[in-house]
Amino acid sequence: MKDKIVRIGSGAAWWGDRVEPAILNADKGDLDYLCFETMAEATISAAQVRARRDPSFPGYDTYLDARISGVLPGCLKRGTKIITNQGWINPDAAAQRVVHWLRENGAKGVKVAAVNGSLITDRVLDLTSTILENGEPTSTLKPTLVSAEAYLGAEPIVEALKAGAQIVVTGRVADPSLFLAPMMYEFGWDPLDHIHLGAGNGIGHLLECGAQVTGGYFSDPGFKDVPEPWNLAFPIAEVSPDGSCVLSKVAGTGGAINLMTVKEQCLYEVHDPANYLTPDVVVDFTGIRLEQVGPDRVRVTGLTGKPRTPTLKVSIGCTEGYIGEDMFFYAGPGALRRAKLAKKILEERFKIVKLQAEDLRIDFLGVNAIHGEMSPTDGPEPYEVAVRVAARTKTKEEAIKVGREVDGMAVSGVAHTGKRVPHQDRFREIIGVWSSLVAREKVHPSINYFVS
Amino acid sequence: MKVKLQHIAHSRSGDKGNTSNIMVIAYEPEFYPLLKVQLTAERFKAFYAGTVKGDVLRYEVDGIGALNFVAHGALGGGVSRSLCLDNYGKALSAAVLGFEIEVPDSLKGKLRGMQ
Repeated sequence: MKDKIVRIGSGAAWWGDRVEPAILNADKGDLDYLCFETMAEATISAAQVRARRDPSFPGYDTYLDARISGVLPGCLKRGTKIITNQGWINPDAAAQRVVHWLRENGAKGVKVAAVNGSLITDRVLDLTSTILENGEPTSTLKPTLVSAEAYLGAEPIVEALKAGAQIVVTGRVADPSLFLAPMMYEFGWDPLDHIHLGAGNGIGHLLECGAQVTGGYFSDPGFKDVPEPWNLAFPIAEVSPDGSCVLSKVAGTGGAINLMTVKEQCLYEVHDPANYLTPDVVVDFTGIRLEQVGPDRVRVTGLTGKPRTPTLKVSIGCTEGYIGEDMFFYAGPGALRRAKLAKKILEERFKIVKLQAEDLRIDFLGVNAIHGEMSPTDGPEPYEVAVRVAARTKTKEEAIKVGREVDGMAVSGVAHTGKRVPHQDRFREIIGVWSSLVAREKVHPSINYFVS
Repeated sequence: MKVKLQHIAHSRSGDKGNTSNIMVIAYEPEFYPLLKVQLTAERFKAFYAGTVKGDVLRYEVDGIGALNFVAHGALGGGVSRSLCLDNYGKALSAAVLGFEIEVPDSLKGKLRGMQ
């Protein structure tokens, strides 16, 4: 037990992540566990909206087939267990789809668990009081509420593993908890052992964004170069029972695991590094110690934690209207002066069509569209500029006006206007996400089992 | 000598709601005290003026030579409703690389990316 090492690998950092590194981890990572994180803040709400409009949408990760069918051969061969939050709003259906792929691979008698219970849409206004972002009562969200889900911790996943599940499919679970669960199960850590759970969840935090710790979202030529940045691997943590680990990746891949990549990921999306709130524990990153112990191998020690809070975070998705957006282009000498005139024309035309916008931005991509107001005004004249127009509106009809007026720039605009033919909708529905807290005893995870 | 921050530190940003956290990490231990003294929360906020609308808090993680700036009101009302093309603000951490910082001449040889 003292020398036991558990090998936990990442299979995805978000819904749109690449699939090939997950297959590589399954085939060559020699993993005990492969964990997938496939959600963003608005994933659940967007799935709810889609499910209401499209009865054929099964409600789980739209890339589930590619991911699971891709990694199953390697995982079955090695005996690697899988933990994944691909269940989105329908963990049961996702688990049954996993069973389908198990049968396709000739695997009989494999137990798949579906962890439900994070969805609390029907009770959220009773269980919560205040919106964290603006201090308003959550009851103000009643007319626009789409979905609410509590962030579950690792405990129900541990329970499923104890019951013999080899694959655990969940709905909303806090990202690092997906990786903490196998550590708790393998090392017998108590759910209230905040020292070990803090360390384990800190490791989960380092893994949950996948390639962001192996050289992704990192390279900067001449400053931070990594080899073969097109050939990145997803990380593997070789975890020890004391809650330390060595971060590594499959040999022969590009990218890098070094002190810089790990430091950057350590604080990613963290506010107070001494108090990183998760459902399982409050992680304290401030004592972290990093040591390069080999090529692409970094030892992580010194992570710890504090007792968990009595509440769970709740994400509340609400309909908030629409965004209309489009772009058109200028290049060559005088590109910026033509872009500025185009902006003036659009502003006047939006008055003519009485655009009702809650917010409107007309930016020059290449000048100020990314960093906004802080962008330098004395920069060099750009050779190319895109005019990017976006408006937030209450109704779809208003949002559509943005694309319609950009259409008008084709023949009624400025000299040398480059424009694309509209090939897709230039408006989208907004699902605004708010946060609140719910007493943890009010949320009741439940587990269903399916066998291949 | 005055240099751009990119020669002494690297950065990354992360998002939560309408808040962006932008960390600044020293390339060398000798650079960290320069960051701590010169890159205060007030100066950071002034540097990002107009783009960061709310308060900026600074946390220090001495063990890894890192400052973590928590910038409220930086993401156009929140990732889900922002009109910014980069609604997650993942490119926001690049701006601070242009912050001008005073470095003693004795450390010139340690500056990164100076050709």
